[in-house]
Amino acid sequence: MTSQAATMEGGRSPERGLGVPTNKLGMWVFLGSEIMFFTGLIGSYIILRFGASNSWAAPGEVLNVTVTAVNTFILICSSVTMVKAFAAIEDGDQKMLKVWLVATVLIGASFVGVQLFEYNELIHHGFLPSSGLYGSTFYSMTGFHGFHVTMGVICISWVTIKAFRGGYTQDDHQGVEVIGLYWHFVDLVWIILFTIVYLI
Amino acid sequence: MSEAGKQHPRYMLVFGGLAVLTAIEVTAAFMGFPRSVTILLLLGLAIWKALLVALYFMHLKWEPRALKVLAAAPLVPAAIMVVVILMEYV
Repeated sequence: MTSQAATMEGGRSPERGLGVPTNKLGMWVFLGSEIMFFTGLIGSYIILRFGASNSWAAPGEVLNVTVTAVNTFILICSSVTMVKAFAAIEDGDQKMLKVWLVATVLIGASFVGVQLFEYNELIHHGFLPSSGLYGSTFYSMTGFHGFHVTMGVICISWVTIKAFRGGYTQDDHQGVEVIGLYWHFVDLVWIILFTIVYLI
Repeated sequence: MSEAGKQHPRYMLVFGGLAVLTAIEVTAAFMGFPRSVTILLLLGLAIWKALLVALYFMHLKWEPRALKVLAAAPLVPAAIMVVVILMEYV
């Protein structure tokens, strides 16, 4: 706080009362609103599922658990590559920052690709968003999550381009950290959704 | 974190934990346990995995207490909502 202007000139957001950089704090507040958003979806799901349990097929009957378990593993891998990118720039390793960021974009896009493949298969088998409560809740929850992953891939692509232009340094890499928080959160939400939508 | 220097958390260990827990979860879902046992087991494993991601990948473990409180705060109304809804049916 002693020289906020100087800190801003360096491209880093200042730290205020909480001792947390403003943009990181902003991301955490946003993630708080995201928790409420997904809790709303999960709450509706509980009401509909308990209220009309006959509408739901047993786990694995309609949805392909094996493919989605592999996709869950893919998303976890992308979280690891993201955190590795952050660790690389903390060490000032520009090369590995780029390698891990590109890997994150590719693996993240693969998750979306597998999800689209899954949707395609399900639709061909007649399981549609209009297929009762089961179909509408499934596509709502996984669709909103898939949208978040897609936005994450776009944002990380942006960060990757900036990394290739030398936009991050060992002392200034908050952009990598903040998008990383979003990405891990999306992974965390999927861990919960995979369990309640596919396995229970 | 920057003062902590180049000593990074053991990310690959966390990754291994997440992979193993996912495998256990998928296996447990089809073991034919009583439904309530399966649900409690799967939710427990999911929360465990979510905590691993939040604490290690999101570095919450090393953040100031104020940020930990801020991050956990939305979980309170979220938990209240889920519990109240469940009370309708259980």
